[in-house]
Amino acid sequence: MKVQVDQSKCQGHNRCYAIAPELFDVDDMGNAFAIGDGVVEPHLAEKARLAVANCPEYAISIVE
Amino acid sequence: MTTLDEKSIYGPVTNWQTDFDHADPSYNENAHEIWSELRGTCPVAHTERYGNTWLPVTHEYVHEIAYDTEHFSSRGVVVATVKPSDLPDAIPAPIGGAPPITSDPPFHQDARRILLPAFSPKMIDEWEPEIRILCRELIADMKAADVVDAATQFAQHIPVNVIARMLGFPPEDGAVFRGFVHDVLEAINLAPGKRAEAFMALDAYVAKQVQDHIDNPRDDLTNFLLNAKIYDQPLSLQHVGGSIILLLIAGIDTTWSAIGSSLWHLATNPVDRRRLVDNPALMPTAIEEFLRAYAPVTMARVVKDDYNFHGNEMKQNDWVLLPFPAANRDPEEFENADQVLIDREVNRHAAFGLGIHRCLGSNLARLELRVAVEEFIAAFPDFEIAPDEVVKWSVGQIRGPRELPVRINARTL
Ligand code: SF4
Repeated sequence: MKVQVDQSKCQGHNRCYAIAPELFDVDDMGNAFAIGDGVVEPHLAEKARLAVANCPEYAISIVE
Repeated sequence: MTTLDEKSIYGPVTNWQTDFDHADPSYNENAHEIWSELRGTCPVAHTERYGNTWLPVTHEYVHEIAYDTEHFSSRGVVVATVKPSDLPDAIPAPIGGAPPITSDPPFHQDARRILLPAFSPKMIDEWEPEIRILCRELIADMKAADVVDAATQFAQHIPVNVIARMLGFPPEDGAVFRGFVHDVLEAINLAPGKRAEAFMALDAYVAKQVQDHIDNPRDDLTNFLLNAKIYDQPLSLQHVGGSIILLLIAGIDTTWSAIGSSLWHLATNPVDRRRLVDNPALMPTAIEEFLRAYAPVTMARVVKDDYNFHGNEMKQNDWVLLPFPAANRDPEEFENADQVLIDREVNRHAAFGLGIHRCLGSNLARLELRVAVEEFIAAFPDFEIAPDEVVKWSVGQIRGPRELPVRINARTL
C-alpha cells in the first residue's frame, strides 16, 4: 500500500500532515508530499485512510 | 436581539430566499437554521441588496464556485454597499486591493508564494510558546471574576496581539485594529460615502506604519514584504499595503470568532466540555469539528460576465457569497451534519476554504484556536453562559460571538 499526493490539487490545508506525520511532510510553501516512496507500513494503514478521508481537496490517494 | 445600525441603508429581512441580508443581525443569530431551510428549498438564495447578491448553500455549489476562477473573480471579497466596479480608481483584476486574497490567476499564485513560507506549519509552530504565554496572561487578568466575557476579555485579544507582533505594529494599537476590522467586515450596510471614509483611515494608518518600517527596518513581516520581489521587481507600496491590510483584517475577526464559537459550544454542552477536560487526546478531532460546525468565514466572489449558474441568471458584477460554514453542514457531504461530534474522525471540512484561495493563515488560526481552548479549559474546567446575560453574535460574513458572558463554576489555581 502506498499514499500519493496530487500536487496539482494540494492546497496546503495540512490535514494529512497533522493526522499522519509518519507518512506526510510539508515543503516551505506548506504543500504536502508523501515521505520516501509513500509506502505505508501495515500499522499506519488506518492513518493513511484517515488522511485520504480528511483532505478537503481530495488530493490524496492510496495505490495498492 | 440586536437591531440594525441606524445608519444602515437596508431594512430588516422578511424573506431569506428572495431578499436575504447577511448584515441583518438575525442572519448570524440563526445562520444554521436559515441555511438548512434554504438547502431544502432553494438552494441558491438571491437578493437585490448590495447590487444583486447570490447565496448558494450546498457543498457542491460552494465547491464548484470556489474552483471556478474563470467565471468568478476575487476582486471583491466583502459584500457591502460599495462594489469594486463602483470605484473608478480601484486596483483592477487580477491584482485587486489586497493581494493575494483579492487576486485572480495568474497573478494570484505569484503574490501568494511570497507569503506562503511565513505561514507554513513549521514556521507557525514556532509561535506556540508565545501564544500560550499570551493566553495565560489574559486568563490571569480574568481569574478572580465570577463572570467573564470570553469574547472581549479573551478570544479577541489573541489574534490581535499575534498579528501585531508578526507585522511589527504597536501592540497598544489593538483597539485601533479592531476598529478597522469592524469597519471593513461589519459596517457593510452603511451608505457608500461612510464606507469610503473608513477605508481611507485604514489606508492612512497602514501607510504610516509602512513608512516607519522603511525608516527603521526590523525583522518582521512588514520589512519582509518591503524586501520581497515579484517578477524581479520590489513589490509596489500599494501591494505591500494591500497585503498588510489583508493580514490585519483577515486574521483577526476570523480567529476571534472561531475561538469564541468553540468556547460557546463548550459553555452550552457540558458533556463535551467534561470529555475534553478529562481526555485531552480528543483535542485534535474536537478542534477540527469546531472548525467544521462553527466555521466563521463566508467568502465572496464577483461574477465576471453574465453567467447562468444552474438556472440562476447571474449578471456581470453581481456578488456571490461562498458560505463555507453552510457547506460544512451539508448532509450530502457529512454524516450527521448538524450534530457536533468532538470525536468525528472523518471530517473533510472546508472551514479554510477550497481551491487556490485556501486561507493563507490556516496553520496560525488552528494553532491559536487549539492553544486558546486548551488554556481556557485548563484554567476554567467548568463554565456556562452566565444566567440572565445575552450572547451577542457578529454581523456580516464572519460569524462568531462578539459578547460571550460566561459564569466560571470551577477554576484551577
Ligand atoms: S490535506 Fe490535502 S490539501 Fe491539505 S496538505 Fe494534505 S494533501 Fe494537501
